[in-house]
Amino acid sequence: MVVIRTVNVSEVEKTVAQLCIEANCSLGIDVIDALNKASSQETSGIGAEIFKQLIENAEIADSEKIPVCQDTGFAIVFLEIGQEVHLTGGDLTEAVNNGVKTGYTEGFLRKSMVRDPLDRANTGDNTPAIIHTQIVPGDNIRITLAPKGGGSENMSSLKMLKPAEGVEGVKAFIIETIRNAGPNPCPPIVVGIGIGGSMEKAALMSKYALTRELGKPSPDAETSRLEQQLLEQINNTGIGPQGLGGKVTALAVHIERFATHIASLPVAVNISCHAYRHKTVVL
Amino acid sequence: MARYSLTTPLEDKDIEKLKAGDMVTISGTIFTARDAAHKKLVDLINQEKDLPVNLKGQIIYYAGPAPAKPGYVIGSVGPTTSGRMDSYTVPLLEKGLKGMIGKGSRSKEVKQGLCRHGAVYFAAIGGAAALLSKKVKACKVRAYPELGPEAIYELEVEEFPVYVINDIHGSDLYSQCLNKSSV
Ligand code: SF4
Repeated sequence: MVVIRTVNVSEVEKTVAQLCIEANCSLGIDVIDALNKASSQETSGIGAEIFKQLIENAEIADSEKIPVCQDTGFAIVFLEIGQEVHLTGGDLTEAVNNGVKTGYTEGFLRKSMVRDPLDRANTGDNTPAIIHTQIVPGDNIRITLAPKGGGSENMSSLKMLKPAEGVEGVKAFIIETIRNAGPNPCPPIVVGIGIGGSMEKAALMSKYALTRELGKPSPDAETSRLEQQLLEQINNTGIGPQGLGGKVTALAVHIERFATHIASLPVAVNISCHAYRHKTVVL
Repeated sequence: MARYSLTTPLEDKDIEKLKAGDMVTISGTIFTARDAAHKKLVDLINQEKDLPVNLKGQIIYYAGPAPAKPGYVIGSVGPTTSGRMDSYTVPLLEKGLKGMIGKGSRSKEVKQGLCRHGAVYFAAIGGAAALLSKKVKACKVRAYPELGPEAIYELEVEEFPVYVINDIHGSDLYSQCLNKSSV
């Protein structure tokens, strides 16, 4: 017999608040390792200096609990909710938003959300969060918070290719997007890519790819090869750290793939800056 | 690549020697302004009204700081993408603005404006915001407090590190860096 686990949404709220602060102030060990590794590979003088400063920046932020970047972003929340969980105590969306409000206020994080894209009045507490919910087997709730800066988000792109354009077309579109972005998304970047699905599925996959541990290859051998090829091509553009030239334009490429329609080949490119912020807790 | 230390307000002789790729540390007063404050400034110029700050010889830092923790002068404060301010920039250069600090490329119109008005565009390290906040010694709101992080703040900075991207001679560090033959 399946036992239903009851979770009060106030647990979710508390966790989200904590994750907002942690994700914004303390980069994960995956990011620090990647910055150190890239720093030793960078041959450009300015580039090497930039890596040194980015590492120092991460250390200051972590030890003083101040945000790594002033743009503490959209609060992007991925919820994976086990189907044996029964949520009580109120509205889940409201709980997540209350968590964001508390985290951004008590953590002295910047409030960057405007209530409407056209009237542009600031909501004052960084809500609403952008929430992606998935129902999965089991009785856990997995909460991932991935603050996402506007500068890199704005350089992201999506295109519906023709199937005949194939893998070469996919690569060309990705490289074109990265070159157009140039220095704007604060390179070194991490590139999240969604190939396949429908338009919105591709976009969502490209975002989800940016919650993966930095540099962890796709479990699929062919996809992992494509990630490596693209990383090499991107790093050959010469854009370099901060667009000031060098070998390391990207720290990693993460690709997610999904089935698609006979007529379609969607590709979404979501660019993250070096402030690759993501924190996960399982309740 | 040369290294210079400059103090604001900038004079023509400070700017003439700067070349794309130089590293500069800036000390003195600088002003923050982002999209919303730029719109307000340019609206005032269009209405031929006075600006809330005198821009002569000054530097605008494209930034919206995080709130200061208790005991701190300012929160993390790194540059935002400059391209969003392109359409507002030339009128400010006409008011005597001599420098801008941001990140990312500028439009052709802005680059020409820099040459014409003898001004420079600098980049600070995007995302090194905690580190850059340590270079800010004092901070007060100068205009538009209602804009929150988008208000105009007056910052006292000490040895604030930046790179020259566009100089008055028309050079552009970003385009020099891009390896055009690679794709
Ligand atoms: S792109 Fe990233 S590092 Fe750059 S300003 Fe935005 S959030 Fe910060």
